[in-house]
Amino acid sequence: MELDPLLLSRLQFAFVVSFHAIFPVFSIGLASYLAVLNGLFYRTGNPAWERLAVFWAKVFAVVFGMGVVSGIVMSFQFGTNWSNFSLAASNFLGPMLSYEVVTAFFLEAAFLGVLLFGRGKVPQGVHLFASLMVALGTFISAFWILAANSWMQTPVGTELIDGRFHVTSWSEAIFNPSFPYRFTHMVLASFLTGGFVVAGVSAWYLLIGRDVEANRKAFSMCLWLLLVLAPTQAIVGDFHGLNTLEHQPTKVAAMEGNWETQTNTPLLLFAWPDKDAQENLVEFGIPGLASLILTHHVGGEVPGISEAPPSEQPPVWLVFWSFRVMVGLGLAMIAVALAGLWLRVKGRLYDHRGFLQLMRLMSVSPFLAVLAGWFVTEIGRAPWLVYGVMDQAEALTPSLSGGMALFTLLGYIAVYAVVFWAGVYYLTRVVRQGMLPDLEPHDDEVERPMRPLSAAHVPFEDAANQPGRS
Amino acid sequence: MQMFDLSLIWALIIGFGVIMYVLMDGFDLGVGILFPFAPDDAGRDVMMNSVAPIWDGNETWLVLGGAGLLAAFPLVYSVFLPALYLGVFLMLAGLIFRGIAFEFRFKSHRNRHWWNRAFSWGSALAAFAQGVVVGAYIQGFAVEDFVYVGGPFDWLTPFTVLTGFGLMAGYALLGATWLIMKTEGRLQDWAYGLAPKLLVAVLAVFAIISFWTPFVDESVRERWFSHLHLIWVFPVLALACAALVWRAVRQRREGQPFIATLGVFVFTYLGLVVSKWPVIVPPDYTIWDAASAPESQLFLLIGVLFVIPIVLAYTAWTYWVFRGKVREGEGYH
Repeated sequence: MELDPLLLSRLQFAFVVSFHAIFPVFSIGLASYLAVLNGLFYRTGNPAWERLAVFWAKVFAVVFGMGVVSGIVMSFQFGTNWSNFSLAASNFLGPMLSYEVVTAFFLEAAFLGVLLFGRGKVPQGVHLFASLMVALGTFISAFWILAANSWMQTPVGTELIDGRFHVTSWSEAIFNPSFPYRFTHMVLASFLTGGFVVAGVSAWYLLIGRDVEANRKAFSMCLWLLLVLAPTQAIVGDFHGLNTLEHQPTKVAAMEGNWETQTNTPLLLFAWPDKDAQENLVEFGIPGLASLILTHHVGGEVPGISEAPPSEQPPVWLVFWSFRVMVGLGLAMIAVALAGLWLRVKGRLYDHRGFLQLMRLMSVSPFLAVLAGWFVTEIGRAPWLVYGVMDQAEALTPSLSGGMALFTLLGYIAVYAVVFWAGVYYLTRVVRQGMLPDLEPHDDEVERPMRPLSAAHVPFEDAANQPGRS
Repeated sequence: MQMFDLSLIWALIIGFGVIMYVLMDGFDLGVGILFPFAPDDAGRDVMMNSVAPIWDGNETWLVLGGAGLLAAFPLVYSVFLPALYLGVFLMLAGLIFRGIAFEFRFKSHRNRHWWNRAFSWGSALAAFAQGVVVGAYIQGFAVEDFVYVGGPFDWLTPFTVLTGFGLMAGYALLGATWLIMKTEGRLQDWAYGLAPKLLVAVLAVFAIISFWTPFVDESVRERWFSHLHLIWVFPVLALACAALVWRAVRQRREGQPFIATLGVFVFTYLGLVVSKWPVIVPPDYTIWDAASAPESQLFLLIGVLFVIPIVLAYTAWTYWVFRGKVREGEGYH
């Protein structure tokens, strides 16, 4: 079988970016949560807030570190596998990615150290300020990356001259039509991720009765937050979808599994899209509902996938089902948040063990939803890389062979498997140790290194099993 | 008309970033290369402690350089990375493994030997790959109409393998002289013993590469031998620094060997840059051919000029905080 460098490069990029994305998505939400905790401690002086802030800062340190390590590869991927695209889009993409890096470094250089290591060494107000700046910095980083991605989805403000994009208007290119929706959707997703993870961990601590006072506060706070955010996200997602309908109708058609342009389009609950047959092999849906959602009246016309020739259609099955996973998880999040409100009214929020167990499980849901959402938007624009202008095949590195792409794909899987295993394993240890004081003694002189991970002092294995050291 | 030659400004910035990276990550990669040969495990702890607080700041320059190249000289980015495809992967894998080894080695006991291995192999691999990049740069790339058209292993030739080992030796020398400066006792004695051997190895590779390069690259031959050029200043200064390293090690100075080794690197680097200038994607493309649009260069320049001083100040402060000797049992967990 001939190895296809295009397919392998797409798989590699999908793998690397999916792996990388889960860390920043989490750290953006967590940075804001830390700022809130530090703010509450600053205002009330209640030590429970401080204990929570200290604990979650450790988790943040590990997650941030993992994000940086996995992100290094990203900055080289564009050149190794998509060199034609890199060269063509460099005038816009280069400054965007560089500003992201510059923001991240500026942040790390100036404020991250104070946030992670400065507690008790700088005035409390300064520490709070650093915490706010770290949170702001994560937004600015996301801003640049999403501007770059959104421009690839809805390219404006640039002109293609001799095979290269030239920026005619920075503001138009950065604030391109899909950017505001994507950015809002993504920031909310980050908050939901932070909220569900904190709620899940707090639920587990409540189940085993550890540090009950602080964890009740955290749990209650998160559930209020989720009660607001989960429905808001559904509304924002709807606007994002309408925006996509305007600019990338084929993507929306694939999300709906709608092959022919038609009015009174059903919302398919189940279907098996078959691109070869250009139809759904089976389908089951609610008549008119997709038209209602997308055009806001039942008789509205919804474009079909077949408006685009098969060569310009995305892999419909994947887009269709990724979309259903994302929406399904989003609805589950709303349901859980409402159940929390119900239990709160009944006064059973902290001792309903079934609900606490459920919240533990739900802490995985935002990660799956975020990945599914990115699958929808990224696979949904296939075969385009810069929508309507440059397709993936044109963008690929011409000298890349299938064998080379396969080698690095397997290589990155192996490398990331080790990194991921070590990181997640270590995170679970941090969580298991919880808000206990650190086991290892602190020494002020050696507390200054600014590497994020050194903010956590949890040993990698159980100390009891330590063999004699050679 | 443009008031400033933005491509020139960017060439200076990227050039500065590259040498900052080579000098700073160079010694901590070097410490990693020497790591398995340390006299004992306590020595290994000290070695790692001596670079633990600063290594990731050092790698800042690599990422900044990568993103900066895409923005300022996209042709470099879109030719070097495809041409060095497999080498880039090996370098990144090496850097990642040694990066996480830094984090987890001190938190680990039972599995420590694995993290030791990840640290030393990762460092050696990354150093070798970077040396290969230098060799491939001297060799030049098969480029047609702004697109790399060579094969997947063009970068792997006897010449680039030599530059790969050469840079490993150079980094190891930086690492050894760094350890002379930062440690004492048995470990320092060991580093003192190692430095002259590494210096000899570096000079041997340096000599072979110097004789070989004119045969690999015509334009360099032209520039070196056509008339007596200012270029000859740089190898002379590099050799003078090497002599200084030798003398300082024999006199058991503590700071001088490291500083003089930095000099060897800086002058070798300048010699290379001046030999190639203004070609940035050899053999044909200059910095102006490789440049992005002026408005893009300008857009980023504003941010970078703001951030570089802050990163430099932060770096200087970190080094200041961690000045002085690293002792056994102290340091960073």
